[in-house]
Order: sequence, then structure tokens, then C-alpha cells
Amino acid sequence: MELVIAAAIGILTASGVWLLLRPRTYQLVIGLALLSYAVNLFIFSMGRLRVNAPPVLDGSSPVDVSAYTDPLPQALVLTAIVIGFATTALFLVVLIVSRGLTGTDHVDGREDG
Amino acid sequence: MDLSPAHLAVAPVLIPLFAGALMLFFDDRERRLKSALSLLSILALIAVAAILIGRVHGGEERLGIVYLLGNWPAPVAINLVADRLSAIMLGLTALLALSAVVFATERWERVGPHFHSLFQFLLVGLNGAFLTGDLFNLFVFFEVMLAASYGLVLHGGGALRVRAGLHYIAINLAAALVFLIGIAMVVGATGSLNMAEIAAVASNLEGFAQPALHVGLAMLGLAFLVKAGMWPLGFWLVPAYSAAAGPVSAVFAVLSKVGIYALLRLALLVPDEGAAFGSIVIFIGGAATLAFASVGVLASQSMKRASAYFILMSSGTLLAAFGISQPATTAGALFYLISSTLAVSALFLIVELLEREQDSAAGVLAVTLEAYGDGEDEKAPEEFEVGRTMPGSIAILGIGFSMVSLVLIGLPPLSGFLSKFAILNAIIGTGATELDGFVVMRTILAALLVLSGVVALIALSRMAIRTFWAPVEPFLPRITIMETAPILFLLGLLLALALMAGPAMDLFLATAEDLHDPYRYLDAVLGAERVPPFAETSQ
Repeated sequence: MELVIAAAIGILTASGVWLLLRPRTYQLVIGLALLSYAVNLFIFSMGRLRVNAPPVLDGSSPVDVSAYTDPLPQALVLTAIVIGFATTALFLVVLIVSRGLTGTDHVDGREDG
Repeated sequence: MDLSPAHLAVAPVLIPLFAGALMLFFDDRERRLKSALSLLSILALIAVAAILIGRVHGGEERLGIVYLLGNWPAPVAINLVADRLSAIMLGLTALLALSAVVFATERWERVGPHFHSLFQFLLVGLNGAFLTGDLFNLFVFFEVMLAASYGLVLHGGGALRVRAGLHYIAINLAAALVFLIGIAMVVGATGSLNMAEIAAVASNLEGFAQPALHVGLAMLGLAFLVKAGMWPLGFWLVPAYSAAAGPVSAVFAVLSKVGIYALLRLALLVPDEGAAFGSIVIFIGGAATLAFASVGVLASQSMKRASAYFILMSSGTLLAAFGISQPATTAGALFYLISSTLAVSALFLIVELLEREQDSAAGVLAVTLEAYGDGEDEKAPEEFEVGRTMPGSIAILGIGFSMVSLVLIGLPPLSGFLSKFAILNAIIGTGATELDGFVVMRTILAALLVLSGVVALIALSRMAIRTFWAPVEPFLPRITIMETAPILFLLGLLLALALMAGPAMDLFLATAEDLHDPYRYLDAVLGAERVPPFAETSQ
């Protein structure tokens, strides 16, 4: 599982960085989205990867902490996803405005020479 | 309800949040109401910041006021910490906000929707970032601040702003992801988000956790340095700041200081062999930024671009001085932070008024606009008649410009000289000879500080000659009282800072000593007492 997660994060990051460096605004958005998926997976994995361990305490039995996974990174991922959504939506609006004002989807608002 | 002053620490976040949200219910045409609400909120913020500074500096809570949100015990959940540094930054932000909002009431608030709400949300983010003691909460407040700033940088519209704003947003979104990676690694290494707890466990981590923490902190530092505009991470800053509306750029002067604040706080909380974490990198980056900004100031043909380069110059000086990692230099740098931020903010407002009237003259200059800058700068559309004009406007602007110049160059008698002198005295003065090591760094910083002063002198004199003396047709800027008052207010603050240099320097020295002794912060946060439950207090 570790290998799969690590490879997934690596591939997502690599694709994201490559797209981020492209000159079209759409590529930029997709690049940022892929990067944020990679980062979210990374935060998640920083809570250590556990299988079949719930993050929320079950109040009935005496608490054995080792039977649970760390809930903190999961809460962080949730917040990061929400913030990422909001800022990406805002960015998309700016992209559309830029497209309308300059007539091109180049990030600099003009085509190369 | 217990209205003890402890609740003051959360007020700087709540006041603008409610003010901004309340304004959303009103139509944009109700300008007077919105301006009044906005001013009321900012005046309240100034009062709160003044009380906080009084309490943590002169009062009994010398370690700082710790506010436990939800009354959870200290390392659990989020806490807000108002210590000297936070209180100073809160005060600075509120004062800049006051002048920017008053300035905007005359013209800028009308050119786009929701100016005042966005402005208040920007203050929520700024104040929250200065107060929070939790790493992820810092990220959230950074995002609040940035989301509002995306709106403000586009305020007024136009292709130029949208293009600069696009780059600004893209860079900041990427930096936010780096920030998140850093947070994740710190959590993975220490298991905590609380800055005080991270600092407490940092020194006795074992095995893989130690390098993981360092990499995490380095990633966080990277995100903060992007905000601060350190070379080579700060190329986005000049186009974005010079494209933004005048009052927006004026308050953005403090935005780049948030990065520096966060860096200072975190780097000194986790010291590495006595010096701040990564102090060498911070120093080299700062020196490079200072050199880059000096060249940029000289190369700028437009005054607004030059003003943006002055922000970079201020960032560079601060980073280089913090990189020395001595309480005395840090104190001088804090003085410089306040004085240069006020001065650059005033410069943005003055330049805004001058360039508005200079569009015809600027047309000639546009031919020589920087070779590497944007070739297609466009005029800001003139939407509105300016109201009552002031007599002698050119004299007021001229005096204001020369005062700001004195501060930015670092000539006596104003605060620019005093703050640069405080830094220089700390690095090459009599006390400094006793310090071991860092000789090369200190010499480089001293040379760069003096050189940047000379560069500022050349650039600002050239600007003044071209604006005030060279025009063949005498031009009379039509400015109003509401636009002059904020400039005079900022100049008054600079003057007051120079007159009150003694007490101010005491405050900055005490702040620097707090920062360089992380145990004070740890004691304040981890020793914070919970408020007893309501049932107990009522008996």
C-alpha cells in the first residue's frame, strides 16, 4: 500500500508541476488541481497509513489508542479540500475574465511572438 | 458572561468579520453607511491594538495574552497568542487600514463592488495570522487574507489588473500547496500543530523525525518567503502591487510583512544551534532581495513600479537583518519594519494622486518604460469627477513626497534614519565588536544598507525632479481633503515615531528579547490557564 500511495503522490505531483509550467490557463487550473490532490494524499499519509482503524473514538469500550488511526490529518485534508475548492473556483472566474478581456487563453494575456 | 480582557485577544478577528459580513446585506449604493461601518470597525481595531500593546508591554501580562478557543487546555485545539510582536503588527495593520479606507472613500470604493467587505475580510485574515498560535489555523487565515486580496487586487478591473492578478493568484495558490506540504511534514514529525508544542518537542526528536521536521519547516519557510517577496521568489510582487488601486497597494504594503512575521515567529521558535532556523538562507536571500530591489528602483520609470520595488527593498533589509539572528539587530529591524511600511504606504497614496494627474506627461515617458516590464500599460479609466479640491495641493504633495523620501533613504531627522541607525549600530557599532562570528555577514549587510540608501536617494530625487520641477505646463493636482488627510496622518505617524523613538525602541528591544527566548512563548502558551466552568464561577 505504501508503494502505491507514494507512486500516486509522485505521479500526481509530477503531472501537476508540468502542467503548472505550461502557458495555457486551462492547463494551469488542471495542474493546480492535480497538485492539490497530491498534497491532500500526502497530508493523509502523514498520519501514518493504517487499514481497518477508525479515526473516531467509539465511546462504548475503554479507549485503546493503538486501535485508532490519527484523526488530525483527516480533519486537515477535509479543510484543505474545502479551501482548495473555493480558491480554484475563484481562480476559474479570473481566468474567464482574462479570456474575455484579452481574447486569448495565454497566461500572459498575449500570444508569444 | 465574563468580559475579562482575555477576550480582547480574539476581538481583532471578530470585529472585522462581523463588520464585513454585515456590509454584505447592504446595497453597494449605500456608500456612506458602508464607509461609516468600515471606519468604525477599524477605529475599534486601533483601540484594541493599543490596549493590547499597553497590557503586554506595560501591564501584568508580559509574556502575552493567551486565548484558549473553546476553553480547551493549551496544546489541544487552537489558541490565539497576543504577545508584543502580534500586538505591534495588529496596531500597524489597523493604522494602515484606516488611512487606506479614508483615502478610498473619495473615489476608489465606487469603481467596483464590495470594496469595504473585501477590505474587512482582508483584515480578518491579517489579524488572525498575527494572532494564531496554531500552524493550520495560520494557513486558514493566510487563505482568508489571500482570498480577500484576490478580490482587492482586481478592484477597478481592466486588462492590466486582471493579467497581474492572474499571476498573483497562480503563484499564491502554488505557495499555499507548499505551505500544506510543510504543515503535513511538521505534523508527521512532531504530531502537533501547536507552535509552542512543536517548539517544545523539536529538540528531542529522534531518528527520522528530526530531518522530517527540518524539511517541513523549510517548506513552510519557502511559502512565507514567497509572500515576503524574497529573491528569486518575489518576481510576482512588483506587477501585482503596481497594477492594484492606490489604497489597495497602500494596505498591501503590510501583506508582504505577514510572510516576514510568520518566518520570524517560526524560525526563532525552533532555533538551530543558537541561531534562528535557516538564518543563513534568510540572510543570503535578504541580501539578494535588497540588491535586486535597488537595481529595480533605479530601473523603474513609473513611480508606482518604483514604490513596489521599495516594498521589496524593505523586505530584503528585514530578511537580511533577521538573518543575523541577534536580539539587537532584530529590534532595529522591527523599528525599520514599522517605519518603512508606513512610508511605502504613504508613497503609494501620494503616487496615486500624482500619477492620476500626470497621464499626459506619462504618455511621453511611456516610450521609455522599462525594457523588461510590461509594454502595454494602460491608463486607468477616469470615471469620476473629483470633488472639492484643496488649495496648495502641489505644495502638500511635494512636502509629503520629500518626507517619505527622507524616511526611505534613511536621512535624519525622521524614523528611517533612526531605524537604519539602530540596525547599523547593532551590526558594526561599539556593542557589535563583542559579538563573535558573522563578521562577513554583518559587513555585507552594512554595505548593502548604505548602498540601498544611496540608490533610494538617486531614484527618489529623479522622480521628484521629473514630477515637480520638469513639467513645462504647471500642473495642479485636484485633490480633496479626504485624500490628503490619510497622507498627512501617515506622515504624522512617521513624525511621531521619530519623536517617540526612545519608548518605541524600548518596545522593539523587549519584543526582540521575547522572540530570541522561545521559552517565554512556550511558558505563556503551555502554562495558560483555562477559564473555570461557568457553574463554578457563579457559585
